[in-house]
Amino acid sequence: MILHPALLALEISALLCATMVVYAACFGMGIVRYWNLASGSETQLVLERQTYLVSTVLSYFLAFQLVSLFLFIRTADSICHLFVGAMCAVGTLTVNAFGYPTLALKLVNFLLAGLWLILNHADSRGYDYPLIRVKYLLLALVAPFFALEAGLQTLFFLNLDPDIITSCCGALFSPASRNLATEVVNAPPLPMLGILYGSGVLLLLAGGAFLRRGIGGYLFGGANLVHLAVALAAVVSVVSPYLYELPSHHCPFCILDPEYYFFGYPLYLSLLIAAVTGMGVGLLQPFRKVASLAETLPALQRRLVRISLGAQAVFLILCTLPVLFSALSLR
Amino acid sequence: MARGLDRQRHILDFTLAALLRRKGKTGALVAVYTLVVFLLASALFFGHALRREAELVLKDAPEITVQRSLTGRYAPIPKEYAGAIGEIRGVSSARPRLWGYYYDANSRANYTLVVPAENQPDPGTIVIGSGIATLRDANPGDQIGFTGYDGAAQSYRVARVLPEGAGLVSADLILISERDYRALSGIPDGEATDLVLTVHNAKEFATVAEKIRQRFPDTRPIVRDEILRTYDALFNWRGGVVAVLSGMAGLAFVIFAWDKATGLSAEERKEIGVLKAVGWETSDILAMKFWEGIAVSFTAFLLGVTLGYLHVFWGGSFLFAPVLKGWSTLYPNFRLIPAVDFGELGAILFLVVVPYSVSTIVPSWRAATIDPDAVLR
Amino acid sequence: MISARNIGKVFNQGRPNAFTALKEVSFDLQRRETTILKGPSGSGKTTLLGIVGCMARPTTGRIFLEEREITSLPERFLTDIRRRSFGFIFQQFNLIRGMTALENVMIPAYPLGERHAELKRRALATLDLFDLAAKAEAKVEWLSGGEAQRVAIARALINDPSVIIADEPTAHLDLRLSEEFMAIMRRLKADGKTLILASHDPIVYDSDLADRVVELRDGAVAGSAERA
Ligand SMILES: Nc1ncnc2c1ncn2[C@@H]1O[C@H](COP(=O)(O)OP(=O)(O)O)[C@@H](O)[C@H]1O
Ligand SMILES: [Mg+2]
Repeated sequence: MILHPALLALEISALLCATMVVYAACFGMGIVRYWNLASGSETQLVLERQTYLVSTVLSYFLAFQLVSLFLFIRTADSICHLFVGAMCAVGTLTVNAFGYPTLALKLVNFLLAGLWLILNHADSRGYDYPLIRVKYLLLALVAPFFALEAGLQTLFFLNLDPDIITSCCGALFSPASRNLATEVVNAPPLPMLGILYGSGVLLLLAGGAFLRRGIGGYLFGGANLVHLAVALAAVVSVVSPYLYELPSHHCPFCILDPEYYFFGYPLYLSLLIAAVTGMGVGLLQPFRKVASLAETLPALQRRLVRISLGAQAVFLILCTLPVLFSALSLR
Repeated sequence: MARGLDRQRHILDFTLAALLRRKGKTGALVAVYTLVVFLLASALFFGHALRREAELVLKDAPEITVQRSLTGRYAPIPKEYAGAIGEIRGVSSARPRLWGYYYDANSRANYTLVVPAENQPDPGTIVIGSGIATLRDANPGDQIGFTGYDGAAQSYRVARVLPEGAGLVSADLILISERDYRALSGIPDGEATDLVLTVHNAKEFATVAEKIRQRFPDTRPIVRDEILRTYDALFNWRGGVVAVLSGMAGLAFVIFAWDKATGLSAEERKEIGVLKAVGWETSDILAMKFWEGIAVSFTAFLLGVTLGYLHVFWGGSFLFAPVLKGWSTLYPNFRLIPAVDFGELGAILFLVVVPYSVSTIVPSWRAATIDPDAVLR
Repeated sequence: MISARNIGKVFNQGRPNAFTALKEVSFDLQRRETTILKGPSGSGKTTLLGIVGCMARPTTGRIFLEEREITSLPERFLTDIRRRSFGFIFQQFNLIRGMTALENVMIPAYPLGERHAELKRRALATLDLFDLAAKAEAKVEWLSGGEAQRVAIARALINDPSVIIADEPTAHLDLRLSEEFMAIMRRLKADGKTLILASHDPIVYDSDLADRVVELRDGAVAGSAERA
């Protein structure tokens, strides 16, 4: 264990947040069990009030999760020189087996929290709490992931041993070691760029179809999930080398550094917003037939599609900038 | 959309006005909050700046230093080793160094004696750091006396005082000629404090170090990056201790915040009741409480971080300097080079703002769910 | 316009200190009519006003507002209906101390997200209706009793509700001010507002303003009289 202030900060807040969310999920279970809208009893009033508490907790959690995602990477980056062989966040994350799972879970949990809040928002538009059971059952399903993240992060920090010789991003992504990461990285850059734009265009078409004719909500949601994976792969394989102007430097974390004008922050932020809102459209699709939502849900979905496409456009433009202006050519 | 923004603006306006109406309570909260942020920010900035300082020092440090070690204790190294080590493949040069520490019992301070590789001062003269000049009240031209290893008094003329600004590194420095150094320290001709090597290829550090260990079992090669790591661990550890202490302060603060937020005064309960009765909804009150938290946190964060910055980079960290650096009398007012990093600000945010927010969620919610008909009676 | 069907309200239900404040209360109100709830202290007038005004939910029974059942709506929707349809004048005026008369009047409109300039203009106009324009920037704690009540009335009107509800409006006023208050109510009625006043003060319940007087006793309707 390394007593680094940022590690302490991340750990304390992760434990606090996990506790809060589990607490909120427990309330949620009470709501699922005793909910009876027809009753004017005081128990029912109390339950209705608790719904506000749960959604407040989740909104705070979402905000903290976003900051924590970036702070986690930033911290991994800034403590890397404690480990022999590490040169950026990649090295720190590979010190033990918990680094990458923690990061992945942080990302997943951000998406889950965002999706839950979208569902919650939709529910609050209906005068009879139409999604109340769905929403709290879902919360009970995702809350363990939030707790798991805090657990994995704790294990990761506890097992950060400065004597371990780790590898830097160069070694991790070098063609000599064959794993998924290398496959992604060594994907031919131009086709990869083509796939990125292609999938972006498909999203645009799906979104357009939804906006015009109100069809294909599931398609748009699913496409956003696939596109998220494509986009992350493209950042690693094409965008990073162009930005670093080094054909073999593929690190997805160094782009967050001041040397690269914090380019990674708007890049990832726009992608995350696009992904959450886009997937939210698909999540809401099955509830369009609910009577009390029939009026508001399509409008909400359309708004989500617009936000998603807007953020996606920002992301694609940001991806294009380094390719256009880089001194490097991968052709 | 515009309606939503205007709604938030109205609620924010109302919240700020309400905070200003309760000057005493708000002031106390912001003051305590600021203090916690200030302590934490000072500690982190200080640790970071020290780390930077060490990095700067070590940047010019030799890639590999070779010391001699007899039965695990340091010993001067024979100069001939330099020639043999210089021939190891990968080593471009090996140079003996003369340096050491001098404890001045009168002023109870440690000086660093160095024989520079180039531009040695003339025998009988020395160049001193600004810290020593202040401490001994010495100006160029003055004579300074030292006691040699054998008890004999030695006196040198101050040729020059090193300019300030190099901070920690040069304040305690004495540049001295080789002849005077040997007279003072008793290290005989033919021996040196240590050897410094230049090795151009970073990948060969480990191999070179290994070869030296094999060929000269009585030596101990030290690779620069290892020193950096040790420093780092040390500073982080100290920073960690301070963070833990501040964390406790933070905890006390959270309890305070909890108390402040739960113990809504009768006046505030009444006010929220009125708001709900005239048409505010639970989520409006939650938004109000959210803005209240943002306003208080933002103010305290900004104030605390600014004060911490001033404290560390302008005020000479007068609060911690003694704790963190060992009680050296030599550095009464050194200036650290300002260095702040986003990770640090993020850490402060997470150490203070998250606990504060989490501790106020439930009380805010309690306040927000006051019955609107409570004010009817 | 408003129908209450078999309203019952039990406080602290299921506990030893359970208390039935209302039982089987039913009545109908017409648009633009004035209804007076009359009855001794503790008879349940305030509780009933709270339920009719969407501030609290009944334990049993149903409330209809313009044919729409609002009994079990979530708080969010109930609040929305309340702030658009009902203006409240409380027994204690319940102005927020430390704020100006103008700000107090504007508060109910904040969550609706109107442009600030427009809202301020309307608030000033409303204050002006009650000769309070000069006091707009005065802190409410410096206002006299009559002025404070007129500010409270202005606040009740800011969202242009169709129904004005007042609970014991004359309890803290002397005779002259009580009469002034009734004059204002007359004006509002003439403007087409529906009024519901709860009072045990003869100045109110014997006033010719009343179209209907509902008398409550121990939480039940003891008599309902319509006046021509
Ligand atoms: N929150 C409450 N808990 C318990 N009893 C209450 C509560 N509110 C009102 N009551 C009781 O209900 C009865 C009716 O009160 P109220 O409606 O205020 O009467 P009125 O306005 O006619 O004086 C009173 O006896 C009062 O004590
Ligand atoms: Mg009453």
